Amino acid sequence: MAETVTDPRLSGGRLAPKRDIRLSWSDPLLRSIVWQVVIIGVVVAIGWYLITNTHQNLASRRIATGFGFLDRVAGIPIGESLIPYDPAIHTYGRALWIGVLNTLRVAVVGVVLATVLGTVIGIGRLSRNWLVAKLTAFYVETIRDLPLLLQLLFWYTILQGLPGPKQAIRFGDVAFLSNRGFRYPTLNWEAAHEAAVAAGLIGLAVTWIWARHARRRQTLTGIRPPVWPAALAGAVIFPMVVWAVMGAPMAFEVPVLRGFNFQGGGTVSPEYFALLTGLVTYTAGYIAEIVRSGIQAVPQGQWEAAGALGLRRGQVLRQIVLPQALRVIIPPMTSQYLNLAKNSSLAVAIGYQDIVSLANTTLNQTGQAIEGIAVIMAVFLTISLSISLFMNWYNAHIALVER
Amino acid sequence: MKTFARIGTFAALAGLWFAGAGTVPAAAQGTGSATLDAARTRGQLLCGMSGQVPGFSLPDSQGVMRGLDADTCRAVAAAAMGDVNKLKFVPTTTQNRFTALQSGEVDMLSRSTTWTLGREGNLGLMFAWINYYDGTGFLVKKSAGVKAAKEMDGATICVQPGTSTELAIADYYRLNNMKFTPILIQDIAEIQGAFLSGRCDAYSTDASALATFRFSQGPKAADLALLPDIISKEPLGAMVRKGDDKWFDVVRWTFIAMITAEEKGITSANVDSFADTKDPDIRRLLGLEGEMGKALGLDAKFAYNVIKAVGNFGEMWDRNITPMGVQRGINNIWSKGGLQYAPPMR
Amino acid sequence: MDAAPTPIRARPLVATIGPVGWARANLFSSWASTAVTLVLGYVILRAVTGLFDWAVLNAIWSVPYNDKGIPDTSVCQTNSAQGACWAVIADKYRLILFGRYPFAEQWRPFICVLLFIGLYIVSAMRRFWRKELALIWAATLTLIGILMWGGVFGLTAVPNDYWGGLPITLILATFGIALAFPLAILVALGRRSTGMPAVKMLCVGYVELIRGVPLISVLFMASVMFPLFMPPGINIDKLLRAQIAVILFAAAYLAEVVRGGLQALPRGQAEAADALGLNYWKKTFLIILPQALRLVIPPLVNTFIGFFKDTSLVLIIGLFDLLTMGKVALSDPPWQSFSTEVYITLGLIYIAFCFAMSKYSRGLERELGQAQRR
Repeated sequence: MAETVTDPRLSGGRLAPKRDIRLSWSDPLLRSIVWQVVIIGVVVAIGWYLITNTHQNLASRRIATGFGFLDRVAGIPIGESLIPYDPAIHTYGRALWIGVLNTLRVAVVGVVLATVLGTVIGIGRLSRNWLVAKLTAFYVETIRDLPLLLQLLFWYTILQGLPGPKQAIRFGDVAFLSNRGFRYPTLNWEAAHEAAVAAGLIGLAVTWIWARHARRRQTLTGIRPPVWPAALAGAVIFPMVVWAVMGAPMAFEVPVLRGFNFQGGGTVSPEYFALLTGLVTYTAGYIAEIVRSGIQAVPQGQWEAAGALGLRRGQVLRQIVLPQALRVIIPPMTSQYLNLAKNSSLAVAIGYQDIVSLANTTLNQTGQAIEGIAVIMAVFLTISLSISLFMNWYNAHIALVER
Repeated sequence: MKTFARIGTFAALAGLWFAGAGTVPAAAQGTGSATLDAARTRGQLLCGMSGQVPGFSLPDSQGVMRGLDADTCRAVAAAAMGDVNKLKFVPTTTQNRFTALQSGEVDMLSRSTTWTLGREGNLGLMFAWINYYDGTGFLVKKSAGVKAAKEMDGATICVQPGTSTELAIADYYRLNNMKFTPILIQDIAEIQGAFLSGRCDAYSTDASALATFRFSQGPKAADLALLPDIISKEPLGAMVRKGDDKWFDVVRWTFIAMITAEEKGITSANVDSFADTKDPDIRRLLGLEGEMGKALGLDAKFAYNVIKAVGNFGEMWDRNITPMGVQRGINNIWSKGGLQYAPPMR
Repeated sequence: MDAAPTPIRARPLVATIGPVGWARANLFSSWASTAVTLVLGYVILRAVTGLFDWAVLNAIWSVPYNDKGIPDTSVCQTNSAQGACWAVIADKYRLILFGRYPFAEQWRPFICVLLFIGLYIVSAMRRFWRKELALIWAATLTLIGILMWGGVFGLTAVPNDYWGGLPITLILATFGIALAFPLAILVALGRRSTGMPAVKMLCVGYVELIRGVPLISVLFMASVMFPLFMPPGINIDKLLRAQIAVILFAAAYLAEVVRGGLQALPRGQAEAADALGLNYWKKTFLIILPQALRLVIPPLVNTFIGFFKDTSLVLIIGLFDLLTMGKVALSDPPWQSFSTEVYITLGLIYIAFCFAMSKYSRGLERELGQAQRR
């Protein structure tokens, strides 16, 4: 009996005969079409009603519509911006773009710091030291029970308790901490520095290629040639040589107290710092839980086998457990990153000018509420979509190839 | 099948309701003003104000709203509704004040808002009358040792976003080639807290609001100094929506009636004694002759109601602003050297 | 031949049992662990004693009032570096908890808060997980509405501009979740429908749109744009607008939670229902939803905790919830520098509610998880 039995359902042997659509309520296809038409019709009707109302109201009140205001000179001052801005010559469009950059500044740095802090705390929750475990558990529980807005206001109040600029805390007379922010010296950027950065990137690429080669050698022969000399030469020595050859410029701009405030150098404003601290500590609490449950999802057998091989706890965590835990961790992490990006919109409450705050000011100065809110929603939808797409790609990238 | 029928009927009814509601006719043309008719039907005038500025609109310890803006609302209510109590104070922030007026959430805005071309041109709103000729000032701590605005190069200034103040400061600093760092927080209590805690060197808004804020600090007022420089013109007044000219007339002529009363020396205390006056201006004002009220769509004694309930323009000032230590200056009537000048009610 | 060896009853070493043993295993198991324990222990001890000094020993609990009823906080100001000034809470607690509700009628919001807490406790108990729970919710929420608004049964009418503080937080969160739940179920079912692709796209679009934007933008849209959507003359008041925004937002998140539950249900249930000849609605409401909803109760409670905290965002649109009333209390000039004390008190109130709910959710997860594991 060498005949294999195939499932006739799969080979199309006994499919139900195709029928035309019957004009009777008992035909499911007709029902589904009718219901879809009705539901879409109701939704479209509601939408039409709202839109005509809005048009009528806007027209009768002579409120402008359209995005023409983006080309108008702004006139509004902006506290901190990454690109040069002058209220007298730059437009609302540029002001809103500065808002987007400010939001990204908080979101990107926040995501990185929150992941680091959250992972550390999550691993601490599983520590064998009772004090560490309980302390991190207490931290996570408290952070998750307090509203984020309350935490932001609290951090901002604490930062306002710092001394004024005249009594600022000095760090060797080059950096100053006061209630106007943290002022630090900046490097005067020259061509030599650009060349050094380019050289560093080349060096990193070379190191990466060497590391891949080293891994291949290890798979083939079991001996891994050391990677660190290549890293040192490529990423550290090579850029320094390039920099020295091009004149070795090393001029710093040091902040100096002149009049009311420090002039020169770089600033980390209290608003930015309070927002970042609040967001990072809040999201780290949630990430800690995710990391903890991810690590606990790895079967106990992995730990036991690694212990049998003689690996230390730290090595087991880094090389065996965490890579497997990543697959469980990534999907909920995605939603936490999205939450962090969206929560950065609370900046409007403490005076940090992100896109929500600037769009709000714009819609007040121009009177065009609908366009302002549309801008806010479009920016956040784009950010959310980008984060989701990237994390989905990463998730697929690390997916286990099943046997 | 039964559930389908139920859901289908509900959906059809919902569709019909929405379709029908879209054809609701506009408000009845009683007085010619949609806003006034809606307010009278509602039984309440909705007046937008701040609720957080001492001297202009701040609830007292019994919860009654006191201030110049609050009394302006009461005057319009007395004129339009006939009764000062048919009034609801709607608190608005600098962020939602204009959209509240644009959308119909309030009938008028009496919120120390500056009259500018940009606002009249872009927002679909109009200024009915100026109840305070003001300007942008700076409040600093005495310990900073600053005596004039030109000394504040590089300063950090606390200001509310969405106001004409932030534009005025940007212009001033540009004109004088100075730099400043703005701290823009929407909530007025929060920005005052930031100034008091030393986050910024100066707090800037209308000089009147700065003076009343300083006064409200009680014993700590001695640490704060109002700089003498006024860097812009900020005429503050009441705003209404465009598209309702009759309502605009009502609000504007209510103000003018109060100024006329002060010019003629009529106060809330002595208004009844003018019942047998021979002065034709006063007779027309109090509705004893002429059809002033009818022309506006109001009761003939509308001005009498206003003066009786709220007083004349000077009384409003003396009740709210003078106790805070602010002089009338250019806010006096023209015969006393000020800018308030009433066109004739004739 | 030796005799049978006597069993050696050795006692375990002292250093391995009891408190000493526990300390050795958990606190001092290695050099690194010992160092960490010592450093952390010192830091915690200093922090706790410092906090106790500031909050209890050196704190000032009340201040004198002058004849105009204005408090004299100078003694608090001079003491502010070493001790807390809890007098701000003693003076302002009614404003913070109940907002500008008329003083004499504040027993009504107080009873409403108790009713809310009772409602949560009743919903948490397993023996009430029946259809009658919906009736209990409807009745309690109606009673709360009557108490807050008044106007009937001899209660004075209090318009909702005067409501504030804790009742607003509870109202926004509870009504939000209660009314979002049916909408979320419909959206989740629509998202999983295979026969109606248009409805599926609509539901997917709605959920992804709402989940992609922050709650602030939805609140702004509600408070600023709703009036423009309505024909002139129709006015929706601020609280209702914020409530609609919270409902729309919550429905999107709850729809995802319910969809997770629907996916977790084995397909055999749906197939068996089809085999019995049940139509779609009977199958959904009699077989699938009861089981799926039981599965999603822990994430549902977590979502509720999230929304309870998110109601604090109405500060930004000018509604007076608990956090806003705290800030309003601080804007009074005598109390302007005591924000830490007020924030700590607000934090304790939020922790009280959220910790209880999250502990309940964790316990529930454990219990229900036990039933799943064989």
